[in-house]
Amino acid sequence: MKRIVALILALMMVLSLAACGTTQPTEPTEPTEPSDAPEASATAFKIGGTGPLTGGAAIYGNAAKNGAQIAVDEINALGGDIQFELRYEDDVHDAEKAVNAYNTLKDWGMQISLGSVTTKPCEATSVENYADRIFALTPSASSPAVVANKDNVFQMCFTDPNQGSASAQYIADKGLATKVAVIWKNDDVYSKGIHDKFCEKAAELGIEVVSDTTFADGNDTDFSVQISDAQSNGAELVFLPIYYQPASLIFAQASTAGYAPKWFGVDGMDGILTMKGFDTALAEGVMLLTPFNADAEDERTAAFVAKYQEQFGEIPNQFAADGYDCIYAIYQAIQNAGLTADMSNEDICAALIEQFTTMTFDGLTGTGVTWNATGEVSKSPKGMVIENGAYVGLD
Amino acid sequence: MALLGYIINGISLGSVYAIIALGYTMVYGIAKMLNFAHGDVIMVGGYICFYAVFSFELPWPVGVLLAVIVCTVLGIVIERLAYKPLRAAPSLAVLITAIGMSYFLQNAALLLFSSNPKVFPNFFTVTRADGTVKNGFELFGGQLKVAYVTVITIVCCLVIMLALMLFTSKTKTGKAMRACSEDKGAAQLMGINVNATISTTFAIGSALAAIAGVLLCSAYPMLMPTTGSMPGIKAFTAAVFGGIGSIPGAFLGGLLLGVVEIFAKAYISTQMSDAVVFAILIIVLLVKPAGLLGKQIREKV
Repeated sequence: MKRIVALILALMMVLSLAACGTTQPTEPTEPTEPSDAPEASATAFKIGGTGPLTGGAAIYGNAAKNGAQIAVDEINALGGDIQFELRYEDDVHDAEKAVNAYNTLKDWGMQISLGSVTTKPCEATSVENYADRIFALTPSASSPAVVANKDNVFQMCFTDPNQGSASAQYIADKGLATKVAVIWKNDDVYSKGIHDKFCEKAAELGIEVVSDTTFADGNDTDFSVQISDAQSNGAELVFLPIYYQPASLIFAQASTAGYAPKWFGVDGMDGILTMKGFDTALAEGVMLLTPFNADAEDERTAAFVAKYQEQFGEIPNQFAADGYDCIYAIYQAIQNAGLTADMSNEDICAALIEQFTTMTFDGLTGTGVTWNATGEVSKSPKGMVIENGAYVGLD
Repeated sequence: MALLGYIINGISLGSVYAIIALGYTMVYGIAKMLNFAHGDVIMVGGYICFYAVFSFELPWPVGVLLAVIVCTVLGIVIERLAYKPLRAAPSLAVLITAIGMSYFLQNAALLLFSSNPKVFPNFFTVTRADGTVKNGFELFGGQLKVAYVTVITIVCCLVIMLALMLFTSKTKTGKAMRACSEDKGAAQLMGINVNATISTTFAIGSALAAIAGVLLCSAYPMLMPTTGSMPGIKAFTAAVFGGIGSIPGAFLGGLLLGVVEIFAKAYISTQMSDAVVFAILIIVLLVKPAGLLGKQIREKV
């Protein structure tokens, strides 16, 4: 009997370990491996990245990965000298797992890195990138700490403070509100970074922050106090520098409480419309700043959106566009510098740093994009509003 | 008025804790083990109901019934496979197995249902003649709003609490449960089938978990593989607060914990609310180690 028990328990452990360690995406729509697979590996640049492919933040990791994959497939299909091999490892939005995933990629022979998709893990992996002299361009990890004091780590997205000040500026310019409330997540560097800068900038611009409330735990589900605080202090607009999962609960609970302010989100809000079962009427009128607009009518965006929809069955969000742009920015830099795939990661790194600090890039998420020596990007955000369950450009 | 609003919000949150705590306390009272997988059974219940209603388009009462059945079976299976073989083992081994079971369920759910959060539909709404959907009623001319799901959760809690108390004091199985909780060895000598009794306890506890899952997800409509874990821990705290093993204690502890949490957020700081909640727990345990109602009810059922 004991032996059977031991067997069953062992089996369970193995199963649950397998569940923990799963790196392949669970969604059936995902492509499992780079489509141009092994034979290209001798002559292709090996690009690796980590991101949450499973877990609560999986929508971001998968979007960035899918966007990057489309770019890689397009470039490889050109059949030029520059070929890419892309590999993504799952970090479940966890810094420790991200470093493990990074090491897996290093063992695989990664020459260029896409860092990590989310901020906390990327703060950990960028340190490794710096130590190993592997060039990194993260699609979406947005805190200043990701790039600070690391000459070879660059960002494709705005930094958090940049988002905070841009949001406050936007609210002031458009005269959206004079009294605002902020609900933010205090154990998240991303949320805190935006919040701090937003409050600072709001004070400068004469916007009064009448209610400043927070929540801590990722599983916190009751926002009634935060909502009634904003309501009783007469906030006309609520700024939500948080991810979309708690935001969906805030919208639902505000609606129950009969509170209907203007809502203003940041790039973490992107994704709310694709939540299964979400009543999009709740998000009607929500505004957010994002560098990418899937409805934009230029040819490249339209082609990318069509391709993404065909392959993955959904409208790409800005993370997908960031992933796509990352690959093209690297492609452009490699072309400019005339690099070849047999070069060492140190040489590639040195050449790419030089390129990135001098070149100008036109992508889906902005035109005339440049990088400063710190690694921060310079591009202008677009205001978007949710109307009838879809994003519409504000300007 | 604000105070009253906070009390109502607190009761609304607390009633969810209370209904989960009832399941915890039931299993602890009889099997003398902390079933840390309880929170995850709640999550499974939520998913079953979600898929029944969303993917198979069954009416919601059928979904709830299905969730109850699946969770009951799951509870019995968990008990058979993981806990029964450890009946003679030290309680630490059982506790660790329960934690392992909790992780197993979470990760299995991650594989089965994927990580993307689902938004749970609110069943407790009234559609007016003009097509507007109402999910609550207003008091004092619209100054206070109470969601229907809050009322339903409290009513469910009360009904379940009374039913459990009657069940354990009046029925034969209930008496057997109490006997097992007092002394397993003696109960066995008296001709009580201890294993079957404990299995029944788990079946009841898991059925309660399914109901709690539906109510939790209706009140806070987001469903993820980790949905059950934090409410599970808070409810465990509530059960200890009220006196673990005591059925009315779980109810009282749940409500108090909810109100304290909301008050801490409202009047102290939104950053510190969890710290305040757990600090109060520590104080209660220092002053009254058996919990609020732990002493009065000596039978621990």
